Amino acid sequence: MKLEELQQLIRLLRSEGVTEFELEEKGVKLRLKRERTGGRRSGSGAAEAALAVEAPPAEPVAAPSASKDHLIKSPIVGTFYRSPSPGAEPFVEIGRRVKVGETLCVVEAMKLMNEIAADANGTVAAILVENGQPVEYGQALFQLALDR
Amino acid sequence: MAPGRVPFSKVLIANRGEIALRVIWACKELGIQTVAVYSEADSDSLHVKFADEEVCIGPPRSADSYLNFSAILSAAEITQADAIHPGYGFLAENAEFAEACASCGITFIGPDPEIIRQLGDKAGARRLAERAGVAVLPGSDGVIDSETELKRAADRIGYPVMLKAAFGGGGRGMRIVRAPAELQDAYGAAQAEAGAAFGAADLYLEKYLDAPRHLEIQILCDRHGHHLSLGERECSIQRRHQKLIEESPSAVLTPELRQQISAAALALAQAVGYNNAGTVEFLLEPDGRFYFMETNTRIQVEHPVTEMRTGIDLVKAQIRVAAGEPLWMGQGEIGFRGHAIECRINAENPATLTPSPGQITAFNIPKGMGVRVDTAAHEAALISPYYDSLIAKVIVLGQDRTEAIARMRRCLEMTVVQGIETTIPLHLRILADPDFIAGKLSTRFLDRFFQPVARAPISA
Repeated sequence: MKLEELQQLIRLLRSEGVTEFELEEKGVKLRLKRERTGGRRSGSGAAEAALAVEAPPAEPVAAPSASKDHLIKSPIVGTFYRSPSPGAEPFVEIGRRVKVGETLCVVEAMKLMNEIAADANGTVAAILVENGQPVEYGQALFQLALDR
Repeated sequence: MAPGRVPFSKVLIANRGEIALRVIWACKELGIQTVAVYSEADSDSLHVKFADEEVCIGPPRSADSYLNFSAILSAAEITQADAIHPGYGFLAENAEFAEACASCGITFIGPDPEIIRQLGDKAGARRLAERAGVAVLPGSDGVIDSETELKRAADRIGYPVMLKAAFGGGGRGMRIVRAPAELQDAYGAAQAEAGAAFGAADLYLEKYLDAPRHLEIQILCDRHGHHLSLGERECSIQRRHQKLIEESPSAVLTPELRQQISAAALALAQAVGYNNAGTVEFLLEPDGRFYFMETNTRIQVEHPVTEMRTGIDLVKAQIRVAAGEPLWMGQGEIGFRGHAIECRINAENPATLTPSPGQITAFNIPKGMGVRVDTAAHEAALISPYYDSLIAKVIVLGQDRTEAIARMRRCLEMTVVQGIETTIPLHLRILADPDFIAGKLSTRFLDRFFQPVARAPISA
């Protein structure tokens, strides 16, 4: 499958509101999954087929991403906030360089604010969730472009 | 229930596998939205696919996921679930978790935390039963505090005795002691095991019965003082205290004995002010004497046996009772029909019972009249090594025990599970056994199916 075909497919799936998609043809197995939100609705469930297959490259992704990008994932279930408190400046913006241990956001769980820190040195390339959005364990929050 | 009124708007199921699916069935029928929580190992599980919403709560290890209070309560918070059903195992009998739910304003579908606590302390539960006038096995007065007390209690009770974990179950933290010389070593070993398995090394002592039958009574109670008995289940076919086959009715209970055991279970329920579903376990001696063993303050794995005979959906009842509804039938209105048997199909080698995780490559479940299968397994399902090995429960209802046995045999012969090993061959051997067919059961029944390999005697 060519890159343009893949991009067209992703655009089509997005505009049709499809959240998971699997295709197998000519020795290629492809699995696409739209970025999940905490507590996302999967409809009646009747339409979803078993999706256990992996595609090359090995990880299911929302869109093709550069291999040197690094995902910061939530280690807990809770609500994502970009700032330490309402009205305060966000911890980081896109383009900000961060070091290991630097706080990127808080995830609030059961009235406790948990600071989520960068686990690598890099630059914030994308913020993948919105302020106030519920997030689940393992959900990607930030994309960092790693320092070389 | 008033038409159009839904007990809860959204229930989060704090469990996995077949019981999570079972709770989803009940919620769907009641018009309740469902939230599944799952570990990364279960992302393709059926309970995740069929719930209305799902939240990943952690990595595969149970301690980090299905036993993780804050992850589960956070998931309830972000999805705005108003109740949590804990299933069985995991947090189902965790009083702290039930309390945490209450303090978050979420209804825990089960008994009150204090009742869970009282009955979860096995030694304390014995005392409660005694006070309620229920016969208990001769035993120690609560947890053993010292080796002196241990020896005194054992002498008073009379050998053989059994050391049991006060906060345990599932056969761990238990040791049989047949003679005074074995007592001290057994005490140390049982303490270590109990500490490791349950986080508490507290032990109590009980008389050990050699070959009793295990009988349990299903109780169902509401918050308005109504307590019902839904009959017995005989669960004597056990290996290392893990049940393999359950049935109802028990072949040996006369109507009088059934009445007495039910009354004992209800006396305990009344004495503690029990609420929601529960199971009171007894040991029955051949002469008809029975003794209280423990109470399980949760829905049990083998609940379908009772559902098949009574036609009462226990999980729906749990949900409705937790929402404050009074029970909608009286004891006299409960009918029992036929004979039900359940086989727990585990992903285990049938000869050694060692776990057999892996991917299921072919799967066909039995169907037809009087057949029910509770399972979250399917073709291409991955049976992971992180959780218990139960993959399916096959339950049959027959007009009598003979038909139930024939039906179960037919079902298991036509069940196809390839890619992993299962206990089906063992179940078929049991069902063909003359003693089983004659109803000659005891908790020692399976011993001869697992004879140790003959070894040369150790010279003295």
